Amino acid sequence: MRLTPVNCGFLPLVDSAPLIVAQTLKFAAQEGLDLNLVRQPSWSALRDMLALGHLDAAHMLSPMPVVMSLGLGGLSAKIDALMVMSVNGTVIGASNALADRMREVGWAGGFGDPVGTANALLAASPTPLRIGVPFPFSMHRLLLNYWLQSHPACSDGRLEIVTIPPPRMAEALAEGALDVFCVGEPWGSIAVQRADATLLLPSSAIWQFSPEKVLGVRHEFTQTNPRTCEALMRAVYNAARWLDVPDNKPLAIEILTRSRHLDVAEQTLEPAITGRIVTRLGTPAVDSENFLMFHRQAANFPWRSQAAWIGEQLAQLHGLDPGPAQQTAKDSFRSDLYRRALGPMSVDLPGASEKLEGAMVHRTAVASTRGHMILGPDAFFDGAIFGAAPSKAPIT
Amino acid sequence: METTLKILVVEAERERARDITEALVDGGWANVTVMESSVGLARAIVDADPDIVLIDISHPDRDTLEQLSIASDARSRPVAMFVDRTDADLSQAAIGAGLSAYVVDGLQKNRIKPVLQTAIARFNMMVKMQSELDAAKRALVDRKTIDRAKGLLMQARGVTEEEAYSLLRKAAMDQGRKVIDVAQALVTSADLLR
Repeated sequence: MRLTPVNCGFLPLVDSAPLIVAQTLKFAAQEGLDLNLVRQPSWSALRDMLALGHLDAAHMLSPMPVVMSLGLGGLSAKIDALMVMSVNGTVIGASNALADRMREVGWAGGFGDPVGTANALLAASPTPLRIGVPFPFSMHRLLLNYWLQSHPACSDGRLEIVTIPPPRMAEALAEGALDVFCVGEPWGSIAVQRADATLLLPSSAIWQFSPEKVLGVRHEFTQTNPRTCEALMRAVYNAARWLDVPDNKPLAIEILTRSRHLDVAEQTLEPAITGRIVTRLGTPAVDSENFLMFHRQAANFPWRSQAAWIGEQLAQLHGLDPGPAQQTAKDSFRSDLYRRALGPMSVDLPGASEKLEGAMVHRTAVASTRGHMILGPDAFFDGAIFGAAPSKAPIT
Repeated sequence: METTLKILVVEAERERARDITEALVDGGWANVTVMESSVGLARAIVDADPDIVLIDISHPDRDTLEQLSIASDARSRPVAMFVDRTDADLSQAAIGAGLSAYVVDGLQKNRIKPVLQTAIARFNMMVKMQSELDAAKRALVDRKTIDRAKGLLMQARGVTEEEAYSLLRKAAMDQGRKVIDVAQALVTSADLLR
């Protein structure tokens, strides 16, 4: 059988694993695809290559399809998020020196206390508090803002958010150009190993179920190549499911280590895949529940309500009208295409395409096509609930 | 006019940076700074406040520049021109899409100058178009304000349109202000009194 070539861009991060596994373990070939993974030097470059049609698909930060569809910054193009590739998986860290000052003002340490950590961080840090993120339009940026901006000690000009490419984050911290960073693995663990960093929180402490990376394609490509898109979704879905089987994790680490796509050492990949995180050199690893999810709890489903949350945050940050921004965002998360591609595979699909984001404090059984779906928790650290009750309109 | 442009080249490779700088200086752009990428790049660029930043399309620091172009307002925005090394098709596509991408690597050094000249001319044209567009928009808004002010005067003083305009102009001359400023003040006061 002749395979259909698909050029897919990615950045060398642990959460590009579904693409690497789809290629290596032949999930893509099973679907008739010749998946060509094209490593990109930056998110801007990845965005431009996708917009210009040099890439068919890409591993993208979840706000990117929304931002490109809204025409905020850089090349704009209508981009569809076909599915979520990973949930959670980023870390917030500080220099050991700052972490020590935080302890002096009463921080209890640990790796999961968003309120206590914010109090101590804002009490112990200089103004402006310089925080590194990998891209101005990233879940990292949105979560940091959500976490700190409404804190009583956070006045205008208190935070300075700086964009630093992930491989430079550790160096920037070591050189004193940053106080705090928020970055995807393996770069947080690398900062601990090489740059005297202490990890303060996983992103899941701010929002327990945030869509981190999505599979993005040009809208025009989904129109003209629906079969290829469906095949790609199935391949990535199968790879993501394989990655979340506990017994497969050692092999997954092996595959990612040997892969020419990521050139990082084994010990820097292990924390994200196993959820056992060393937050400071010389201390024992802590178990971080739901640290990075590829498949569990319907992680791959592109909830329109997740997109709406992203649209709302972007509207606040960039002074846009929130209504249209949310609508554009919802339109870019293609739960309809996901249903069409995966329904025939007997995948259990949720009964609605929007949920009340933040409403599930515990694991909760929800209505689904096969009746086996358990979701959550997806709470925000401040207990907020986002979104309106699901409408009676037909599910798309 | 072109010579006053402040150009920043972000390039770690010494030889390449030198070729680009020499070509720029040759072409009459004397205000050229070369910066190696570093963790302090963002701050350094803000301090240097260049009109144009030249950076390779595949440079990892592009995301940092991205933040700067969002942060600064449209008129003072440093524009990144991406100097591509290999892909001629891509640079064509990018130019079509409004980015300025130019193949430099692999070309003879004497080709760099005309390529940059075209690029900078194009950049100037875009800036000019933008400022003309802004001026046109402003003129339209101004005219609407002056029309409203004239209307208010015609109503309040029972004068013709021409007389109303003369009143505005006289007030402006007496106070050493622009007609639009006087008109704006009148419209604002009238809104307050309503």
